[in-house]
Amino acid sequence: MYNFKFHKVDNIQDAVAILSTSEDPKILSGGHTLIPTLKQRLSQPTDVIDISNIDDLKSIKNNGNKITIDALCTHSQVAKSIDVTTEIVGLASMASQIGDPQVRHRGTIGGSIANADPAADYPAAVLALDAQINTSSNSYNSDDFFVDMFETAINSDEIITSIDFKIPKKSIYKKFRNPASGYAMAGVFVAIFDNGIRVAITGASIKAFRLHDLEKKLENNFSVDVLKEFNVDTTNYNSDIHASAKYRGNLVKVLLEEAVAELV
Amino acid sequence: MAKIDIKINGKGYSETIDDNILLVDFLREKIGLTGTHVGCDTSQCGACVVHVDGDSVKSCTTLAMQVNGKDITTIEGLSEGDNLHPIQKAFQNNHALQCGFCTPGLVMSAVDLLQKNKNPSEDEIREWFEGHICRCTGYKNIIKAVQEAIA
Repeated sequence: MYNFKFHKVDNIQDAVAILSTSEDPKILSGGHTLIPTLKQRLSQPTDVIDISNIDDLKSIKNNGNKITIDALCTHSQVAKSIDVTTEIVGLASMASQIGDPQVRHRGTIGGSIANADPAADYPAAVLALDAQINTSSNSYNSDDFFVDMFETAINSDEIITSIDFKIPKKSIYKKFRNPASGYAMAGVFVAIFDNGIRVAITGASIKAFRLHDLEKKLENNFSVDVLKEFNVDTTNYNSDIHASAKYRGNLVKVLLEEAVAELV
Repeated sequence: MAKIDIKINGKGYSETIDDNILLVDFLREKIGLTGTHVGCDTSQCGACVVHVDGDSVKSCTTLAMQVNGKDITTIEGLSEGDNLHPIQKAFQNNHALQCGFCTPGLVMSAVDLLQKNKNPSEDEIREWFEGHICRCTGYKNIIKAVQEAIA
């Protein structure tokens, strides 16, 4: 790994100050994506800013119609939170399927969302639960947040501080794991709200996305029959060493059928 | 270079280290605790698992400076002199190791499992070890050892 200057901060202002004045800085929280990237020399930051000591970014709050999860909450913390397990079952289940237990002790929700890996799990939850992403200086709607592969709408001097997830009536996450990495070859998140249904897919394309046409069909008739007649458009799906676009399209369809069957 | 103050197996250390040294390399090369192993170096195999403030984590994917000020337990910190920790004893009783390379990580994870879940089912034990690889494929006896330690 290349050398870099390590900074440890205990408040967000100091982190932003270093972020704004360093040549090529990177934010470090759990490090379970950044450190492998540094080892492979895919990233060569001049400065690494460890924000894991910022204690006021580590809690989960239930605000009645939404759950606010601070950016430094680990996957393990989200999976076990009473608020999340009771109010957003799909989100708790999703967090419990990331990596393995030891990885979940370190990896954080803020890091996962900021990294916007096309095969990460959280982006599907962000879209399906109509989350709001709050940063050190701004906030973003879920539909505007994921821009491209590994690219989000946030600026280079912003740090994600928390995510507000709307509480649905019901939710579920289904994933087909890559057997080696545990990443989603395809993952589907379905959430039922009083005013509609949201369906988000991750792992299949360059970024997580919603299936607007399927959402409308399920709003009219929430049943597995709708899925049977639904054709997955794989035009923008990824083909790589793990799976072809067609295979991913089939995974999406099967996972959606399973998800809807369990929610009916 | 950076200054680290850290507690390892109950003993305080104050060292000057490179900003980019991994926790596992710090433990092995700077402190001389070579019980923690480097296997895959990609957080897949679990040979490097240690406890940070009581949680099992992969020390090959953690910078030493990230855990500055924290309390670390390694495999060397489990036994009291010649008295093995009950998990170590159970591994020995059940022949839960062949070459032994993956063993320190598995033992550390097993200790963490039993401190979080006093009576895990076989499925829960297997799930907890998902991030561990035993190249001798000795999983069966590893599960048996944990089950004996519960009993």
